Amino acid sequence: MNLTLKVWRQKNASDKGGFREYKVKDISEHMSFLEMLDVLNEELLEKGEDPVHFDHDCREGICGMCSLHINGKPHGPLQTTTCQLHMRSFNDGETITIEPFRAKAFPVVKDLVVDRGAFDRIIQSGGYVTVNTGGVPDANEIPIPKVIADEAFDSATCIGCGACVAACKNASAMLFVSAKISQLALLPQGKVERKERAEKMVAQMDAEGFGACTNTGACSAECPKEIKLSNIARMNREYFTASVTTENV
Amino acid sequence: MILDSKTPSGPLAEKWTNHKFNVKLVNPANKRKYEIIVVGTGLAGASAAASLAELGYNVKAFCFQDSPRRAHSIAAQGGINAAKNYQNDGDSVFRLFYDTVKGGDYRSREANVYRLAEVSVNIIDQCVAQGVPFAREYGGLLANRSFGGAQVSRTFYARGQTGQQLLLGAYSALSRQVANGKVKLFPRTEMLDVVIIDGKAQGIVTRNLITGTIESHSAHAVLLCTGGYGNVFFLSTNAMGSNVTAAWRAHKKGAYFANPCYTQIHPTCIPVSGDHQSKLTLMSESLRNDGRVWVPKTVEIAEKLRKKEIKPADIPDEDRDYYLENKYPSFGNLVPRDVASRNAKYVCDEGRGVNETGEAVFLDFRDAILRDGEDLVRSKYGNLFDMYHQITGENPYKTPMMIYPAVHYTMGGLWVDYNLMTTIPGLYALGEANFSDHGANRLGASALMQGLADGYFVIPYTVGNYLATQPYDKPSEDHPAFKQSEEEVKEKLERLLSIKGEKTVDYYHKKLGKIMWNYCGMARSADGLAKAKSMIKELKEEFWTNVRVLGTEEELNQSLEKANRVADFLELGELMIDDALNRNESCGGHFREEYQTPEGEALRDDENYAYVAAWEYKGENQDEQLHKEELVFENVKLTQRSYK
Ligand SMILES: Cc1cc2nc3c(=O)[nH]c(=O)nc-3n(C[C@H](O)[C@H](O)[C@H](O)COP(=O)(O)OP(=O)(O)OC[C@H]3O[C@@H](n4cnc5c(N)ncnc54)[C@H](O)[C@@H]3O)c2cc1C
Ligand code: SF4
Ligand code: FES
Repeated sequence: MNLTLKVWRQKNASDKGGFREYKVKDISEHMSFLEMLDVLNEELLEKGEDPVHFDHDCREGICGMCSLHINGKPHGPLQTTTCQLHMRSFNDGETITIEPFRAKAFPVVKDLVVDRGAFDRIIQSGGYVTVNTGGVPDANEIPIPKVIADEAFDSATCIGCGACVAACKNASAMLFVSAKISQLALLPQGKVERKERAEKMVAQMDAEGFGACTNTGACSAECPKEIKLSNIARMNREYFTASVTTENV
Repeated sequence: MILDSKTPSGPLAEKWTNHKFNVKLVNPANKRKYEIIVVGTGLAGASAAASLAELGYNVKAFCFQDSPRRAHSIAAQGGINAAKNYQNDGDSVFRLFYDTVKGGDYRSREANVYRLAEVSVNIIDQCVAQGVPFAREYGGLLANRSFGGAQVSRTFYARGQTGQQLLLGAYSALSRQVANGKVKLFPRTEMLDVVIIDGKAQGIVTRNLITGTIESHSAHAVLLCTGGYGNVFFLSTNAMGSNVTAAWRAHKKGAYFANPCYTQIHPTCIPVSGDHQSKLTLMSESLRNDGRVWVPKTVEIAEKLRKKEIKPADIPDEDRDYYLENKYPSFGNLVPRDVASRNAKYVCDEGRGVNETGEAVFLDFRDAILRDGEDLVRSKYGNLFDMYHQITGENPYKTPMMIYPAVHYTMGGLWVDYNLMTTIPGLYALGEANFSDHGANRLGASALMQGLADGYFVIPYTVGNYLATQPYDKPSEDHPAFKQSEEEVKEKLERLLSIKGEKTVDYYHKKLGKIMWNYCGMARSADGLAKAKSMIKELKEEFWTNVRVLGTEEELNQSLEKANRVADFLELGELMIDDALNRNESCGGHFREEYQTPEGEALRDDENYAYVAAWEYKGENQDEQLHKEELVFENVKLTQRSYK
């Protein structure tokens, strides 16, 4: 198929940036979206033009590195990651608009590459169980009902891609943050620090400049790992209980 | 230099305990006086950085991705082994040790493997304590499965996302130490050189991938946890950024590179669909527990399939060749990876491949679905089936999957002694970046185990043994050795930018990959290897005169990053070929066509090749020098592997 691409080009963080239009020909429907961009980049290089920069690594839908806003949706038309989107989801002759994830807390670095360091800092603020290496009990001394383990697992599958933020009109990071808070609040290992964790992570989230949640649910609808909105409800509960019962933070 | 593995004496089962007792300790109050650089934040790097910081060392951790959580380890699917014997099915530390040595075709160091099996049990405890959500039974205890080549159920798993959950566990421990101020993180930063002063590794030179700034970092010890080099083949299951640069630059500074030709080709990957392909996707090996591998009995039927005149479901059982089950009745579809891969190649070479390119075999769940129902199959493999569906557009609940072998893992790597130290004092290699535990073939679910064993439980002891003898002062980053290294790094980048040739980096990378796959892949021969060697030499010359890298050094420049990595792959490719040529035997993943049993199985030569081949760099365009570490087997009997 032949396609027209409207791609966001921006030299660096301080550049204003703007759209450029490119044509690509003979794209096979078996190609992944990123392989289609590889084709474009090879052509640009041959013409002596700077290739389009974008983030990617595993190309298997698990590292969370790819991050394109395609035709107005994070990761494009399907509920999957950009790297797992294939060209069979598009039609011959179509014009495709490609932008970086947009959010104040995710500044553009170059072209389609953004800085999601805020997510790391949120995890650093409390997204862990305080255990050192060694000296822990035998793994089977902490039995966990399968239903609980499964639910915690569902929350734990978040890949930290940031699509939830990009999908939200307020650029809220509630889905990402609540997924980690839920995972650890559900498991006995994480219960000990649950209050402090909720408070610290929410405080860091606010400090990073993410917006408030107005319950539109766009985050979950676009999340490639189908992280559920119920995580946000749980996080709110955790946060509320924490704020009335602890003196932390 | 004599290669001394520093393996402790004494009975196998007591070596590690004795060694831990004998190593020198750094007083807790003095640990903060030492700085340790950890390059890489995969399972090996993240676990090492976190554990060392917890002990009190100051750590700097580097990765080229935008976050430590995105290291390639995240993609591991199937599981992690541990000799817990929770299933009461006869597993033990010794059995895991034995299986690993045998699986590695008797080309690994006994003492290292035993230690790996020994600490495997602690890994699971550690991960559970961190909140890693492993699969569980209804009673709330941990679930296990049997995995690639094992006859006991010792694999712990987290759906098909074990690597992700383990890495997120290690990443959370790392994040905690960042918050504590004990680890300083450097994401989007690539290490481009090791700096050696007074014969010891004293730091690294890096490039900030956003600004292009070249920087020096000095330290008391440097740990390379930089993963494997499978991307030398261009197409592999590794992440796009996985590369050999850190290990290779260390090699050029004096670290020996061991067994570079030992590569693992994984049998269950989604077949190549066209020239545009940028990477190959692994379908977890766990699928072989329930899926049955087959091709049509005859070339005629296969041809009809390829022309799409018939569907797989139209082929009755009597016309199907379940070749693994037939050839290896006791292991069936669960034979080790090298055996499964080679047999897929054989049946496809015979013309019985099932897709348009003729390079694919079926992995069929029809019988599992009939036996267990679609729901149970979905609960076990749902996400893998979805992934397959998304990539190929075909529904594996309805029609068999198609698979073909692909490059997956590199057993070779930097030579390390029992303490994980390379031949450069103060420079360590952990995880896939070293060569140590898997011999000529790695068993499924053992890489995650090794990465975490190295990082959580080995290096915290062994690095202390070295640091205890080191002064607290470290060289300043203005030391001439750092300046010289910075200059060399810059010069190389400038050279790449100044060529302004005709062809892109990917053009050369793809060409290199084809050469490696055709001549140094699943089957190798002296003639083919010799041919490949001269092809690579030519390609390397052409690369350095005709590659086109645009842009500048002082910005985010992904073509420059790639070019720099491919330059190293070109050099590594040559060494892999030398190593494959030198090893006149077949073992594990290294299959030399000249050396096979009458049944077509790998034929080892224990008398002449039971050694680790460790290569020493001798300078640009010079042949490398081979050093041998003889392998001594005191606890297992060397047998011809048999999975019949
Ligand atoms: C698809 C797939 C599935 C797998 N499934 C399993 C499985 O089920 N079970 C199992 O046991 N094994 C599995 N493996 C193998 C296993 O995942 C890897 O061997 C293991 O995760 C490697 O871990 P590591 O920590 O050594 O390196 P990696 O996870 O590869 O990490 C390398 C790190 O080094 C950094 N790095 C590299 N070079 C530089 C540089 N020059 N400068 C700065 N940083 C650098 C990277 O940024 C990264 O952080 C699988 C592998 C693949 C490809
Ligand atoms: S919650 Fe979903 S969309 Fe948000 S970061 Fe996690 S995986 Fe991505
Ligand atoms: S590249 Fe890893 S999730 Fe897309």
